[in-house]
Amino acid sequence: MAHAQLSPRNIPDRLEGRGARIMKSWEALLIVVATLIFLGNSFASPYFLDPWNLSDATFNFTEKAMIAFAMALVIISGEIDLSVASIIALASTAMGYAVQLGVDTPALVAIGLGVGLACGALNGLLITGLGLPSIVVTIGTMSLFRGLSFIILGDQAFTGYPESFAWFGQGYVWWVFSFEFTLFVLLAVAYGVLLHKTNFGRAVYAIGNNQTAALFSGVRVARVKFTLFLLTGLMAGLASICLTSRLGSTRPSIALGWELEVVTMVVLGGVNILGGSGTIPGVVLAALIMGMVTFGFGLLNVPGIVMSIFIGLLLISVIALPILWRRARRRLAH
Amino acid sequence: MIAKLLKNREILLVVAVVVLLALIALRFPAFVAPFNLARVYNDTSILIILALGQMAVILTRCIDLSMAANLALCGMVAAMLNAAFPGLPIPLIILAAMALGGLLGMINGTLVWKLDIPPIVVTLGTLTIFRGLIFLLTDGKWINAHEMSEAFKALPRLDLAGVPVLSWLSLLMVCVMFLVMSRTPLGRAFYAVGGNPHAAIYTGIDVGRTRFFAYCLSGTLAGLSGYLWVSRYAVAYVDIAAGFELDIIAACVIGGISIAGGIGSVAGAVLGALFLGVIKNALPVINISPFAQMAISGTVIIIAVAVNARAERRKGRVILRKAEAV
Repeated sequence: MAHAQLSPRNIPDRLEGRGARIMKSWEALLIVVATLIFLGNSFASPYFLDPWNLSDATFNFTEKAMIAFAMALVIISGEIDLSVASIIALASTAMGYAVQLGVDTPALVAIGLGVGLACGALNGLLITGLGLPSIVVTIGTMSLFRGLSFIILGDQAFTGYPESFAWFGQGYVWWVFSFEFTLFVLLAVAYGVLLHKTNFGRAVYAIGNNQTAALFSGVRVARVKFTLFLLTGLMAGLASICLTSRLGSTRPSIALGWELEVVTMVVLGGVNILGGSGTIPGVVLAALIMGMVTFGFGLLNVPGIVMSIFIGLLLISVIALPILWRRARRRLAH
Repeated sequence: MIAKLLKNREILLVVAVVVLLALIALRFPAFVAPFNLARVYNDTSILIILALGQMAVILTRCIDLSMAANLALCGMVAAMLNAAFPGLPIPLIILAAMALGGLLGMINGTLVWKLDIPPIVVTLGTLTIFRGLIFLLTDGKWINAHEMSEAFKALPRLDLAGVPVLSWLSLLMVCVMFLVMSRTPLGRAFYAVGGNPHAAIYTGIDVGRTRFFAYCLSGTLAGLSGYLWVSRYAVAYVDIAAGFELDIIAACVIGGISIAGGIGSVAGAVLGALFLGVIKNALPVINISPFAQMAISGTVIIIAVAVNARAERRKGRVILRKAEAV
């Protein structure tokens, strides 16, 4: 992951005005893209512009976006967590196991969140306690957590969740606004405040830009990173509750490959994969875009695996385009 | 002397594999019979070939998560070629699979070299793209044993001096990679680029180009493995070898190849793959559900990376002790 910075950094003499900065920002581009996709979908399918259909569409991204918020912070701090989808599987398996023992909804929620926290704590301990690279650790725990699910479930499935548990994935708070979508909005605000308005958020940026400098400025690097992995685990637990409740069953292959989609969402949102920069509004916009694209493709009967090609292309081109753009501009300037 | 030997990772690994075998042999002596060990090696051959390619990539501080998807795509194309033109000679099909694999590796390499995109993002993206392409090619259909020619299926099993061709091929690749890594400028460049990219530039090595070649190498080996996989199991579909990229990386990490680049050896990669292969083959024998394999490889990866980190800790002068503690 370590990336050699071989060219000197250019520091401009004078910053651009606020308006110009906003116009040129990644988020502005995302808003344009989101609007275009929204319009395109409205023209492509007559079923798109229906409040209930749009509400259904939100389920495409709400669970992934919950994790993406925490993942954005992890990536900004210069680390990565590839084990999130496996945490979902393990938390879901634990809840399914508890259901077989007759546990009721409140305790199920506690178990889901608890398992998420425990998995996050294990990641955090290995990464900050032993100083291991997060990419290998989370590749290891990715296979460990899902492996545990496979040991418990094999080729079986847990079903029979209590009826009250179904509300998290299928319930509506008001009119077309589902519980999941409401949670998504609340979490977006919470993470926006956490990253952009608190000392903790500043520390995350500081660590991502220069870990050593952050340490010497008095930032408790290890503690912040540990908290970030805890948060990611907690969000994966929360997503697991929503997803399990929505599907009503648990298989060990639940949420397979989601880590890729979550990382894509974060990167599409303008977070630098090498750490140090990115915003929560960007991630929110990326979540909306990915949700709308998936939903639009679904309405047009495009198979899921073709959508995954699109997501893969999106991931690469989203990173490649700004680089090509900067190069083209530099060539024009000379 | 003994302390020095114990610090040598390859020897430690040999000891670990031998201890593992001894533990299994305590209860099931038949497992360590030479005949069975040869079968375990044969069963691990594909993993060994893939681990060699991944090693080259990891040495240059990159990672290739798309190897299993590359394998699946090349295997599918090989099977389709065989199904469409049963008369096509098998060596030609193997060459085609390797060429396609190399081409896919070149795509990864170009994105890393020319666009400077972080390797993990590139290969996460190409992983899904390659798998999706298989679906587009086949519409989700399987190619089954009866659609493949006999010669296509027979080659890996063909007996040469008592050992199947599959084992011979992996041995050949081990030798080739050993020569490449230790006797060619490219092999030395892999180490130089991973050990210290800045220093590599000053010695006249093109860092990006070296990484590009590492990806070409891993892609070509994945292409070869694609044919071997499909002909060995006599079936090709979208999801073959799904998740196998983790086993490949696990083999490398267990083999002492540092994810930070620059450290690792061919012997390490082979031993790491064999370690996993012995576990995988021993599980059914000692009556543990095959579902446990995933959790075991996960645990082994974590333990291995923790051990590696200890071994690699810099022994330089400590200037600021507190900073060192983080």
